[in-house]
Amino acid sequence: MIWMAALSTMTVMALIIIQVLSEGLPVLSLRFFLESPRSMGREGGILSPIIGTIALTIVAIIVATPLGVGTAIFLGEYTREGKVSRVIRFGIGCLAGVPSIIFGLFGFVFFVIYLNMGWSILSGGLALAAMILPTIICTAEEALRAIPYALREVSYSLGGTRWQTVTRTILPNAMPGIFTGIILGVCRSIEETAVVILTAGSSLIIPTSLFSPVRTMSVHFYILAREGISMEMAYGTGAALILLVLLVNIKANFLLNRYVRKKR
Amino acid sequence: MSPQNKIIVWEFSFYYDSHQALKMVNLSIRANEIFAIFGPARSGKTTLLKSLNRLTDLVYGSSHTGTILLDGDDIYDPKQSLTQLRRRVGIVFDLPIPLPMSIYDNVVYGPRLRGTTQKGLLDETVEKSLRSAVLWEEVKDRLQTSALRLSGGQQQRLCIARILALEPEVLLLDEPCSGLDPISTTSIEETLTRLKKEYTIILVPHNIQQASRVADRCGFFLNSELIEEGPTYQLFTSPKDQRTEDYITGRFG
Repeated sequence: MIWMAALSTMTVMALIIIQVLSEGLPVLSLRFFLESPRSMGREGGILSPIIGTIALTIVAIIVATPLGVGTAIFLGEYTREGKVSRVIRFGIGCLAGVPSIIFGLFGFVFFVIYLNMGWSILSGGLALAAMILPTIICTAEEALRAIPYALREVSYSLGGTRWQTVTRTILPNAMPGIFTGIILGVCRSIEETAVVILTAGSSLIIPTSLFSPVRTMSVHFYILAREGISMEMAYGTGAALILLVLLVNIKANFLLNRYVRKKR
Repeated sequence: MSPQNKIIVWEFSFYYDSHQALKMVNLSIRANEIFAIFGPARSGKTTLLKSLNRLTDLVYGSSHTGTILLDGDDIYDPKQSLTQLRRRVGIVFDLPIPLPMSIYDNVVYGPRLRGTTQKGLLDETVEKSLRSAVLWEEVKDRLQTSALRLSGGQQQRLCIARILALEPEVLLLDEPCSGLDPISTTSIEETLTRLKKEYTIILVPHNIQQASRVADRCGFFLNSELIEEGPTYQLFTSPKDQRTEDYITGRFG
């Protein structure tokens, strides 16, 4: 009877996707992607939300990847299990459990107001980075732990320092796992609404710098639907969002396979 | 201390937490000899081997008393550079563990860590090391393929070549033939006999026969203690200790 579980999961997923795509796909056209929204989004396309989404995600990943992977390396390779690592891990666990709206609130209070960055790509990206950090740390740590001890021993026995062992043997082999975590982070950043609405604003103008406010696709969707501006455009945005996430995943899988094959 | 002693192990005891893996071992190993360490499983052979280039340092909670001298210098001296020591005293493990990269990259892994980047030098090192480990002829046309595709015997010879690329002074071999067929074993034994002109070799043999075939001198370990050491011939024909005799004649172990 266990297949029932799988079946119902698949059904729900399929229903959601079919619903959004069947309503949204007819709206999609080249112009929809190449024009910015006009009159609050009732007309035009979604160019500026697409740019906003990508910009925020890039900032979040650029900030979160080195911090997250660095933390994982520190925890896995540079410390013995002990008080320090337990405290850090406890902190990461807590971060992972915090609802995203709290990250939004934190980002609003800290980045937007206290650091005076305003509603901007930078504030939003940093808040998103904080949100995806636990995911990246956990997957990276898992990937590092999967590297056999023997490989480390070999590297040390050939006169490797700890740093050389990490950079030349451990990281290249843990790359697929780490990469998976980063992609998870990318997808979470793309689809996140609560954090972004509080930290990046909801401007429909194409951003010109890191300090420009932006609206992401999911926020655009939310506002269009919530304020009853245009369900048609909302579904169009939703469909584009699903396609974007799909595209990221396919591309990531492709890159991953190529990397793994090159290693063999 | 006589000058020909390459390594002197002096009253060396080793502990993993509270478990004592070596008890007061005293041993000297001469330059350019093959010294075989044999004994039953868990008698401390591997621990002694890994202590000689301080790979045991990686084990959390381990400690030691006594010391080990390499060319008269204390390897546990705080001023001792670990990377330098491990380049001088190379180890080959019981299972061949190629790094998941090409054959070429495996061999130059050590030299690259040391800072050698010149392509010509590295190429030379690869050919020389692979020739010494009797692997060159088999792989010379596919140096860029992954080392994971080699057979077990080839992988083990690659591991030997990888150590030789660092031009160490001492070679530690921990049952280098354990996973290998008789033909690969023979070729590795021949390799060792040839290598001893340039290196001091300490070998944990696959079995007693191997010790008697290749070793100049042997040491017998039992329950973390060095029971007896001496020239191979003498140890095998007229052991001084009853336990050595029992082990060699197969009464236990």
